[in-house]
Amino acid sequence: MSEDGVPRRNFLLGAGLAGTVVAAGLAGPAEAQQPATAPATPPPAPEPEPFVTLTAQEAAFIAAAVDTLIPADELSPSGSDCGVAIFIDRQLGSAWGGGARMYRSGPFVKGKPEQGYQLPLTPRDYFATGIAAANAWTRKTLGKDFDRLAAGDRVGALKAMEDGKAAFENFDARAFFGQLLSLTMAGFFADPIYGGNRDKVAWKMIGFPGLPATYADKIEAYRDKRYVAEPQSIADFS
Amino acid sequence: MARRLKDVDAVVIGMGFSGAILSRELTRAGLDVVGLERGADRNPAEEFTLTRLRDELRYVVRLELMQDNSTDTITFRNAPDELALPIRRFGAFLPGEGVGGTGIHWGALHWRFLPNDFRIRSALAEKYGASSVPDTMTIQDWPLSYDELEPSYDRFDRLCGVSGQAGNLRGRLIDGGNPFEGPRSNDYPNKPIKTAAGPAMFGAAAKSLGYHPFPVPTATSSAPYVNPEGITLGRCEYCGHCNRTACESNAKASPNVNVMPVLRAEPKFELRTRVFVTRLVYDKAAKRVTGVVYTDMKTGEEYEQPAGLVVLSSFVFGNTQQMLLAGIGEPYDPRTGKGVVGKNYCYQFEAGGEAFFEGREFNPFMGAPGMGVAFDDFNGENFDHSGLGFFGGGYIVCANNGAPPIDGRALPKGEPRWGAGFKQATAKWYRCNTRFNTQGSVYAHRDNFMDLDPTYRDALGRPLLRLTYNATENDHRMSRHLVDKLEGVIKAMNPTHYELHNRPKNFTIVPYQSTHCTGGTMMGADPRSSVVNRYLQAWDAHNLFIQGASVFPQQHGYNPTGTVGALAYWSAKAITEQYLKTAGPLVHA
Repeated sequence: MSEDGVPRRNFLLGAGLAGTVVAAGLAGPAEAQQPATAPATPPPAPEPEPFVTLTAQEAAFIAAAVDTLIPADELSPSGSDCGVAIFIDRQLGSAWGGGARMYRSGPFVKGKPEQGYQLPLTPRDYFATGIAAANAWTRKTLGKDFDRLAAGDRVGALKAMEDGKAAFENFDARAFFGQLLSLTMAGFFADPIYGGNRDKVAWKMIGFPGLPATYADKIEAYRDKRYVAEPQSIADFS
Repeated sequence: MARRLKDVDAVVIGMGFSGAILSRELTRAGLDVVGLERGADRNPAEEFTLTRLRDELRYVVRLELMQDNSTDTITFRNAPDELALPIRRFGAFLPGEGVGGTGIHWGALHWRFLPNDFRIRSALAEKYGASSVPDTMTIQDWPLSYDELEPSYDRFDRLCGVSGQAGNLRGRLIDGGNPFEGPRSNDYPNKPIKTAAGPAMFGAAAKSLGYHPFPVPTATSSAPYVNPEGITLGRCEYCGHCNRTACESNAKASPNVNVMPVLRAEPKFELRTRVFVTRLVYDKAAKRVTGVVYTDMKTGEEYEQPAGLVVLSSFVFGNTQQMLLAGIGEPYDPRTGKGVVGKNYCYQFEAGGEAFFEGREFNPFMGAPGMGVAFDDFNGENFDHSGLGFFGGGYIVCANNGAPPIDGRALPKGEPRWGAGFKQATAKWYRCNTRFNTQGSVYAHRDNFMDLDPTYRDALGRPLLRLTYNATENDHRMSRHLVDKLEGVIKAMNPTHYELHNRPKNFTIVPYQSTHCTGGTMMGADPRSSVVNRYLQAWDAHNLFIQGASVFPQQHGYNPTGTVGALAYWSAKAITEQYLKTAGPLVHA
């Protein structure tokens, strides 16, 4: 099961980030609300973040997909090293992932593209179905699950899905790719408090200054002049 | 069986801008008013705070302030012969929910319609001949004039602390303002907003082509301001974060900030939140609504609230649905053209583009939806339509909308959408582009309407509203004309690269386009052609007053909220000065 040398178990601990610590700034609201008195003993070193929603196989797919969509280079670490796989795991486990605020009564009819999403599946179930269909398709066409493919084959597989050339069994590959890309980019660019965009790496990449935004005295002064600021996120103010 | 509550003088359904203004004006006139809101209470001190508001995922992507579609949605189809399906999550338009309604997350672009917009059918007949308007184009004159509505526009401007540059002050044209606007009785309460590099270049380019650019009027105060309710508004910080959410500086106008604090302190006003009004109780013989039935979402119990006066001020869809469910007025039938409830659903026909300037810096994250420069040379009847093959128009604008990183990135079409190439392209182009929009009118069409869906129901068991709407050939031609004019200005700005986005042939419920839905309970001169009279009083229930853009006969080339707020003051004045003296029809059919 580890022919590519990456034990699948590691994906359970946040693919490709064994040893990556949770930045102190990512402390959630629960931690932020704890009393400010000094602890008697030093706090334990943070644990790697485990996946809590995705199965091991799903997590392996998502990690491989986000690393292909956002490869490591001089602009940023890989998608999973930026926390995007963890972001997707958390989002699919959130109220949104469970279909909150979504009209889910039948009858269910395919409809026209103009009528939008018409499946009974919640986002969580939609991704589970899509991942299984994608793996079945790469097994059939390339002999392996998606995460076991060589990097170039992963690019080719995602490209085929994007172009509508991947024939998934009974599932719309192009639509699935669209949802995967959209959720990946949301994770890459969202506030780091949701697990992705670690160290505000995506904001630094594009020059987005984050939360502090009092520009009444700057909007005219910086016409045609770059405004540079070290980005700050929600956790920086918590 | 609904438990019957004690009578009140007035009940107001929906606490957006119209509901808040009506509640304020009715309590001021001495009435005991109960405000019913199906969503959450939204109190700025608790909710419109930092760091909470600076969360694009929560507000822009997950749409926290918008209507909960698991409780209620609408169904949609493009044409009367198609099967309508439920919109499972709103996309093209985003009605808000909770106290403040859509008035919290709006873009605060604060416009008035043109004087000729109010008499558009007559104006077209005079200029191009009575037969120039096709039979399928069911546009109507408004039953009131710009001049009649002007004092109410002025009141709403001051409530919101609108920032702008007057172009026509009591008939005197002022350089730098919009020369096409109707005369205003007072200057804007605040000086115009500042603009960033993109809109400034756009304004210069438009001027060089002979157009008349001016700063977009926005309901965000450019300086601290005390409104006539005694509420102090803050100064806009151009933070770029307020689209789809609120403003922590209290600079962007909302019902919550600009009216509700006074209402919350008013002993004659009672606010009930998380109460879902399921129907109006209609006494057809007496031509009165005797009250409303609602389900308290906190207890699951059903109540009947009797009231002397009922103000229906929910969104376009809710207003129309309530009328259809209660059987007030004749439902519209597109086959015969008869009936009025649900007729003349219209929308905003927006198209636009981006321009990329390699190596230039636009700081697109500074600003807000209305922070821009526009010109109005191709709106309404500001230009000659002879030989063009369409009617209508819209303003053309360049704005710094703010550029939140998930939803606000622009990339040239040829660039990769993912992979290493995507990262390089995004890093290169994010800061060096500016965006454009054309705010096109939608002139009513016979086949675009609303009725009740035969199949799908909401969480309270009521039939969903069914929307039948498609873009028309008239509106496509109008829009292409605006985009052509926009392209000329963009070329004059000399970008490295630019793109234009015309609308697809069919209207689609994804992606987001505009929340400027209008019509369904339109106002007019008589009950055969309208649901409410010029005072927004229902022809078939004299104690029922319908507020909001559902009363528009058609949608013109501007954001609707300025006119929605003005109509609320206009209607409130008629109620308090005329109806409360003599209850009965204010206009005799």
